[in-house]
Amino acid sequence: MIQEFKKVWKQYTIGMLWLLGLLWPLLGIHSDGTMTFQTTFTVWTYILAGSFVCLMIYVIKGSGSLKFVADPVSRAAGNIKTTSTALPTWIWLAAGLIVALIYPQFADRYGTDVAISVLLYICLGLGLNVVVGLAGMLDLGYIAFYGVGAYTYAILNTVYGLGFWVCLPLSALTACIAGCIVGYPTLRMRGDYLAIVTLGFGEIIRIILNNWMELTNGPNGILGIKSIGIFLPVFENGFTFEHFWMKKLQLFYYFALGLAIVAAICVHRLNFSRVGRAWESIREDETAAELMGVNTFIYKLLAYAIGAIFAGLAGAFFAARMRFVSPESFTFLESAMVLCMVVLGGMGSIPGIILGVAALIALPEVFRQFESYRMLIFGATMVIMMLFRPAGLIPAKRVGTRSEEKEG
Amino acid sequence: MSIQPILELKDVHSGYGSIKALKGISLKVMPGEIVAIIGANGAGKSTTLMTICGIIKAEKGEIYYAGQLINKVSAEKLPTMGLCQVPEGRRIFPRLTVMENLRLGAFHRDDIDQIMKDIQHSYEMFPILGERKKQQGGTLSGGEQQMLAIARALMTKPKVLLLDEPSLGLAPIIVQQIFDIIAQINKEEGVTILLVEQNANLALHAASRGYVVETGEITLEDEADVLLSNPKIREAYLGE
Repeated sequence: MIQEFKKVWKQYTIGMLWLLGLLWPLLGIHSDGTMTFQTTFTVWTYILAGSFVCLMIYVIKGSGSLKFVADPVSRAAGNIKTTSTALPTWIWLAAGLIVALIYPQFADRYGTDVAISVLLYICLGLGLNVVVGLAGMLDLGYIAFYGVGAYTYAILNTVYGLGFWVCLPLSALTACIAGCIVGYPTLRMRGDYLAIVTLGFGEIIRIILNNWMELTNGPNGILGIKSIGIFLPVFENGFTFEHFWMKKLQLFYYFALGLAIVAAICVHRLNFSRVGRAWESIREDETAAELMGVNTFIYKLLAYAIGAIFAGLAGAFFAARMRFVSPESFTFLESAMVLCMVVLGGMGSIPGIILGVAALIALPEVFRQFESYRMLIFGATMVIMMLFRPAGLIPAKRVGTRSEEKEG
Repeated sequence: MSIQPILELKDVHSGYGSIKALKGISLKVMPGEIVAIIGANGAGKSTTLMTICGIIKAEKGEIYYAGQLINKVSAEKLPTMGLCQVPEGRRIFPRLTVMENLRLGAFHRDDIDQIMKDIQHSYEMFPILGERKKQQGGTLSGGEQQMLAIARALMTKPKVLLLDEPSLGLAPIIVQQIFDIIAQINKEEGVTILLVEQNANLALHAASRGYVVETGEITLEDEADVLLSNPKIREAYLGE
């Protein structure tokens, strides 16, 4: 046990000193120029004590003294794993769907609101997954297509009075066209260069939205967008349909759920099709894919366009729900956030992305009680997650298998 | 009347930007033969193959495949026409399984039954691939990867196979195995082979004719036996 401790104590000490150096400027330097040490030390001592306990448990576990606890635990975990894999996938899907369907009956307004955001970002994440996870192109300007979709509905609705259901496919179409226009020149690049160019184009679209006063009303945004209109059957005076504006949050929730499910099914089908195989070959080795007869340019453009379509759909829904759009909703930070969700959840894995989105939307909400330390804890959680699960929370199956694992 | 060459290069120039790698390559490959291109590092061997395949565009000169000018044909159409390359360094798809790698070789084909038969046929030809069909390409050893790369290229049903340094980074015993397979493909499947190699000895023993490339130009062209006994070649490429 002592020997185990000897191996780690140096790193641990350096780590804790580094943390102190990091904490002091954050907590000790105040806006009026005074410097204090008290709070820094209190916080640091708490962390020190907590992490030291964790370290001791880790060391004891490493030396094998905890076998009497660890063995039953790992056996139980193994049992859970075997039973969970024994159940067919459709049971999991059905269970998830039922939970999703009855969720708004139990959740309050705030809970439903967060859930709608989660579903919206699932749609975005799945779209970005096609570009990043399947075709392997790092896209840092993805949110621009979300913006194009949102503004399409906003403008068509406020200026021409078109309804949501007409605008939904139109939003997808304009986002797709925008994707092709941006994609055509940029997709000649590879790797890092592509990332930089997409970043540039994403900013260009945002700045256009910001400065084109006549069309987009600039930074003031567009107000007074109509909600989603639906026809409901009414049984007074016989059987007629009546037009309602969707106001209830629950209806929005179900609509977002439908959108996310459609996106998930589409991405799943694409993944296991000929097109999906072509995308994966491009991700793995573009030149080799070309030598094998894959028209890399067309397939890359297709990936870009399909990603943009999902963003456009999500964007139109976003505009209808908020009933207000402004360029501030489509900044680079949003792109980075969606990318984080995809990477954190596991590139190419649909359940992974759903979990990643849920984690990244829900965590900041859960940490709300920590107030100003909220984002600090959020960042730390992300660092820890990437350290322990670099391939994502639920890695994609076909990407994750290694030779040492058993062949199926 | 003489037989038409299946692949012919006439005074082909190409390069990377301002760097000219090929300065007028002319060569002919007859149907059914194995032709070797030998030369030192940076002589332009791989560039020649990449130019034939259209990955690098020829700046000047003509490339004929089966009597058709293919300079302007885009790279991804060539496998459909029966011209396929096994690129240098194998370049299999590392995170896809052996099976998926083979499926991608048949990307341009839609005869699913025949594709499945062909995959079975590659497993017979390379039993090790059959054993590892569900394993990821990147987890195979170098020799197995080379076999996978060859099997993948054969899935396109090529008439002409371009092989770029199949011996690169492999143990001598594996290299011998790979060259046996190459001879077998040529004899049994009737595939014409254009082989690029640094290992001149091996390549000229496998081939019927050879070309020597130096700094982007063909400096020598002859029967493989003649080249093997040429004292200059022996000195420059066989280390004697």
